Amino acid sequence: MSYTVLIVDDSKLARMAVARALGSLQPDWTRLEAANADDALQLVKQSNIDVTLLDFNMPGRDGLELAADLKHLRPTMPVAVISANSQVEIVARTQAVGAAFLPKPLTEKALAEFLEDAVRRLKSPAQ
Amino acid sequence: MNPVLVNVLNDLQLDALTELVNLGVSRAAGSLREMIGEQVHLSVPNIALISRPDAVALLQAREEARLVAVHQVFEGDITGRVLLIFPETKSLELVRAVAGGDLALEDIIELEHEALAETGNIILNGCLATIANMLERSLKMSLPEILRGDGPEFFELDPPPAAGDVVLFLYIDFAVRERDINGYIVMLMDMPSLTALKDLLDEFIVRAAGPDALGTDAKH
Repeated sequence: MSYTVLIVDDSKLARMAVARALGSLQPDWTRLEAANADDALQLVKQSNIDVTLLDFNMPGRDGLELAADLKHLRPTMPVAVISANSQVEIVARTQAVGAAFLPKPLTEKALAEFLEDAVRRLKSPAQ
Repeated sequence: MNPVLVNVLNDLQLDALTELVNLGVSRAAGSLREMIGEQVHLSVPNIALISRPDAVALLQAREEARLVAVHQVFEGDITGRVLLIFPETKSLELVRAVAGGDLALEDIIELEHEALAETGNIILNGCLATIANMLERSLKMSLPEILRGDGPEFFELDPPPAAGDVVLFLYIDFAVRERDINGYIVMLMDMPSLTALKDLLDEFIVRAAGPDALGTDAKH
């Protein structure tokens, strides 16, 4: 089963790095990118996106606010917030909106674990 | 006033540098959070390659009051200075936050120098260490030094820059909202170091995004 993943980061390099890790783990999955929260919301409304990977520290609305918006829009969609800022308040707020927290720089191992869990949840949407 | 940007790094290199600074500062904020027990808020880093006078003007436009800075020199493949700058009026509040408890004002004043140096050291070292690790280079850090002034002094420290009058001025706001503390982290580098940094950033870009990444500059 192939899924579509949206990568949201204001840094082009960071998007490239996440896309590379994703490509090596799931070469058949479709990758879409957005550089800010507004574009990301637009894409989620228009396209059939299954999973989103968000940067935390972005100009305008940050990744946590975007995660909350996305969860409101698509409650069952797996969402991960990626950040080097692992202060307990941020990790707790990430989990409170129902998203996963992944440390930056993102390792393939951390991404693989998140994606495995995401696939499990996508296959049993009742959860 | 809009400072004149100096075209030394291409867009992707600038992007990579911003990302590195973001990583370093985010981790350093985590250390500061551990010290004071309250969340430290960070802005998205602003990075500009500008002249020294423009850097001074930029800082003065944002801050009118007297400033205090913790200053450290870093040396290695790239050499420069990092400064943690905040309004002098916030300095005692920062010390109070770090030292904790209900210290008397005289104790806080006595501790100020030491606490500022320690806080600066943790933030600046944490930030630089992350950047050095990501660039796979080691950087030697000097001991922290406390400076006070209106801003221009911080950009004209001895020894003067080896060549060129261009500095990498990056600033990131950090704030502890519950305590009304905020400040900037500034990095200064001259042209020879910026040239060396370009190569290190290219190596980092290839490691992060793959060997094809460098060919995408034109599309940015």
